[in-house]
Amino acid sequence: MLDLTPKGLSERGALRVNPCKTCQPVGAMYAALGVHRCMPHSHGSQGCGSYHRTFLSRHFKEPAVASTSSFTEGASVFGGGSNLKTGVKNVFDIYDPDIIAVHTTCLSETIGDDLNAYIQDMEIPEGKRVVHTNTPSYVGSHVNGFFNMMCGFIKYLSEKTGVPNGRAAVFPGFVNPGDMRELKRMLRAMGIPFTLFPDTSGVMDAPMTGSYAMYPRGGTTIPEIAALGDCLRTIALGVLTSEEPANTLERKCGVPYELLPLPVGIENTDRFLMTLSRLGKNEIPYELEEARGQLVDVILDAHFYLYGKKIAIFGDPDTALGLTSFALELGMVPKYVLTGTPGDAFTRLAEDLFSRYGAAGCVARASADLFELHQRIKNERVDIMLGSSYGKQIAKAEDIPFIRAGFPVLDRYAHSYFPIVGYAGAMRLLEKILSALMDRIDRDAADEDLEAVM
Amino acid sequence: MGTKSNVLDKYSARVYKNRKEHIVEIDESAPEQQIAANTRSVPGIMTNRGCCYAGCKGVVLGPLKDVLVITHGPIGCGFYSWGTRRNKAKTDDGRNFIQYCFSTDMQEPDIVFGGEKKLRQAIKEAVEIFKPKNVMICSTCPVGLIGDDIHAVAAESEKLYGISCTAFSCEGYKGVSQSAGHHIANNGIMRRVIGTGDAAPKTRYSINLLGEYNIGGDGWETERILRRAGYDVIAVMTGDGSAEALSRAHLANLNLVQCHRSINYIAEMMKDRFGIRWLKVNFIGIESTIASLREMAEFFGDSELKLRTEDVIADELSEIAEEREYYREKLSGKTAALYVGGSRSHHYQYLLRDFGVKTVLAGHEFAHRDDYEGRRVIPDIKEDADNKNIESITVERDDARYSAFLTAEQYDELRGKIQLEDYKGIIPDMQDGSVVVDDLNHYETEAFLEVLKPDIFMSGIKDKYELQKAGVVSRQLHSYDYSGPYAGFRGAIKFASDLTMGLYTPAWRLVTPPWRNEPILRGTVGYAEKTEAAQNA
Repeated sequence: MLDLTPKGLSERGALRVNPCKTCQPVGAMYAALGVHRCMPHSHGSQGCGSYHRTFLSRHFKEPAVASTSSFTEGASVFGGGSNLKTGVKNVFDIYDPDIIAVHTTCLSETIGDDLNAYIQDMEIPEGKRVVHTNTPSYVGSHVNGFFNMMCGFIKYLSEKTGVPNGRAAVFPGFVNPGDMRELKRMLRAMGIPFTLFPDTSGVMDAPMTGSYAMYPRGGTTIPEIAALGDCLRTIALGVLTSEEPANTLERKCGVPYELLPLPVGIENTDRFLMTLSRLGKNEIPYELEEARGQLVDVILDAHFYLYGKKIAIFGDPDTALGLTSFALELGMVPKYVLTGTPGDAFTRLAEDLFSRYGAAGCVARASADLFELHQRIKNERVDIMLGSSYGKQIAKAEDIPFIRAGFPVLDRYAHSYFPIVGYAGAMRLLEKILSALMDRIDRDAADEDLEAVM
Repeated sequence: MGTKSNVLDKYSARVYKNRKEHIVEIDESAPEQQIAANTRSVPGIMTNRGCCYAGCKGVVLGPLKDVLVITHGPIGCGFYSWGTRRNKAKTDDGRNFIQYCFSTDMQEPDIVFGGEKKLRQAIKEAVEIFKPKNVMICSTCPVGLIGDDIHAVAAESEKLYGISCTAFSCEGYKGVSQSAGHHIANNGIMRRVIGTGDAAPKTRYSINLLGEYNIGGDGWETERILRRAGYDVIAVMTGDGSAEALSRAHLANLNLVQCHRSINYIAEMMKDRFGIRWLKVNFIGIESTIASLREMAEFFGDSELKLRTEDVIADELSEIAEEREYYREKLSGKTAALYVGGSRSHHYQYLLRDFGVKTVLAGHEFAHRDDYEGRRVIPDIKEDADNKNIESITVERDDARYSAFLTAEQYDELRGKIQLEDYKGIIPDMQDGSVVVDDLNHYETEAFLEVLKPDIFMSGIKDKYELQKAGVVSRQLHSYDYSGPYAGFRGAIKFASDLTMGLYTPAWRLVTPPWRNEPILRGTVGYAEKTEAAQNA
């Protein structure tokens, strides 16, 4: 496996090999699926929409609906205005969503299609909405697409009426439905009235009932997005993912925001809950404190399997940072922390974490790829890998235990139903990490060393 | 015509006008039914189609294991076509490029100032790190728009590095589906790869297998049977294929065509250039595999080969006899709908028939009229604005290497007997009252489900979960739901076993919770508290 990957690292300025990111539109599509009765619409050639729907279905094992402008060569020359106009009409006619969320592609961006003008000029049925965002594939990554789509919804829909609604706007970051459910559970336990936006729970983890619903029960509703403008405060989770939409909402409607790391691991979850506690003037309930105590209890019970173990962490920026923070709490050494998404802030934040825990010799890389990760691992091994699906090639090539978390996870089932956020998510990660490390000990043990009790 | 009108009912006049031409209800009394195909999808309709790049890089070029394929464009396209198509490949020396994804990952400045410089640099880096003999460049949408001359960069790289480097302008907006990409890939392979290898002696039973992408190992299973029957497989296009093997493909006496849509261009061009005849085969299905093997033996016309073919058939059949009977019992009487790319919806009908399953609907994503109605309609197919820009090349006869296996008389005689250089299409094989749909979409899938109520719907990942949620067994026929191989005799049993799992998995009985079907008696537990709470409220 990956036999062509040499050990010696070389400078690459142009060739991307085995990427650890994908393009903006798929993130925009995912964000739009977190809005109730919304049809995401890909303004580009139909391959884009097809790839993105495919990709989301492979991660969630769920239908991922989205329409496309189906550009032809003609549209690429003369502009995609008429394709969008026809597309929107047909989508409302045939699929009857409440709202269409258009995102662009590198095709429509390169020809300079003016989506604002197109949308202003088109006929939109009474009571229906069309919003858009620009998601050029040659800027940033799918994470940018996710937050850009959020900004698009906010710009079009959120209003400040002047009557505060007493709610917190909570932006979850690029996470799974299982994480969104856990965030909501914590918010309820804290007694905070909130709007989670976007919310893909109930959409991308819809139950089997025997009848197909194109628009399942879940998703943030249009009135809820409109009312974000009257929220008291935004809790923006994921410093690199959620600041842009939080900022957009603040600029448009004057809602102040608190930017927090994704609540992955103990300290990050503590911060989230303490912020909520200050905000709602409610004590952190025993239920959550108990969960925290249980988690610390297990970490102490098993610390000798974790301490000093080297881990490679890769994936989306905020996810990778959260996982790094948790790994450090476990006494592990996050030897390589890597994302494909560009941005120096990532490396700075990761290095801050390393130095806070005195973790020496750790490398943080943004705008990197899995080929580089593999080369680094060839030079200095790790004990375990934690990240998205494509890490499995490296894990197989180097015979390293591997745990999947984040996006995309294309080769396992049910993962998206469980959280990595909160104490519950940390407990789940902990069990996975321990099991992977301890299974390896068992596998490699000589017969006389195989322990009945560990 | 009830089925069709029920489904089309929901459409506005314009969409109705377009879509009605793409749906045919089979009427055996009406000869030569016509269908609209290979025309643009209606914007806004949730089509399952992909793009030109997906057809070129994703389907045809992607499987070549000794070629370093660089996607020139922003990161997405390269990423999505990385290891997701199950075109398996193995190498003895570990030099297997298909485990990798290579991209120029274009950034905004590359779009603004041009991407050629980055492409040049990427090729340089690729050559230095991976030392490939063959590099192919596939462009994505913005590349064509900003006018990067990838062909010039390829030519330059050949000189600089002494490698073979071929560029494919397969921007996603070209054509109306993956099909344009197949054609572009075929042209490039024909021009630049096939016949460039050293001349080696031709063996009598030498064949190429065209349009077999080794999904789930289908190609390997097919090759196993072919080798048993005594054939030398020179090149497979392109599953587990290589540029090295393709370069020697001119040394075959017969080209077998499995997927007609994606590869018929090469088959025709190899005929013109090298005199190699082609035969439409189908190794999906037991009876169809037998028929294909017999037609091949008929082509070579030699009694020893015919006898060996019958021996292999008898042996393979006896190996699966018991299981075949078992699964036939499990599956017989069920109905199926099939919606796949450009050939499988036809091929799999034979396999389903082997187990007594009737096809009630079949359609293709990116087929042309000849895939539906047969090659006889090719002269009548009108070019439109979308497909006239897809280059159609003709090749000159290569006198030095032209060698026709059959004499003109033999050819004429055989053409009446076997599917030599012909494909009759899907429509003649469909039963009265069944439905053929081109470019089936999300809404029509739901609507046909209501009307036709098939037991099994075989399609792709985009509609798999829609179908399953609606309570229908859905199997992916692009990826085989990560199973396979389904080709040949053993593959047929694997397929039947997977289908049986799908139908009989106990979870179907758990879908409806019991309390939906039986009244629940009211108990008194918690009653006191509830009353108290109500009083306090």
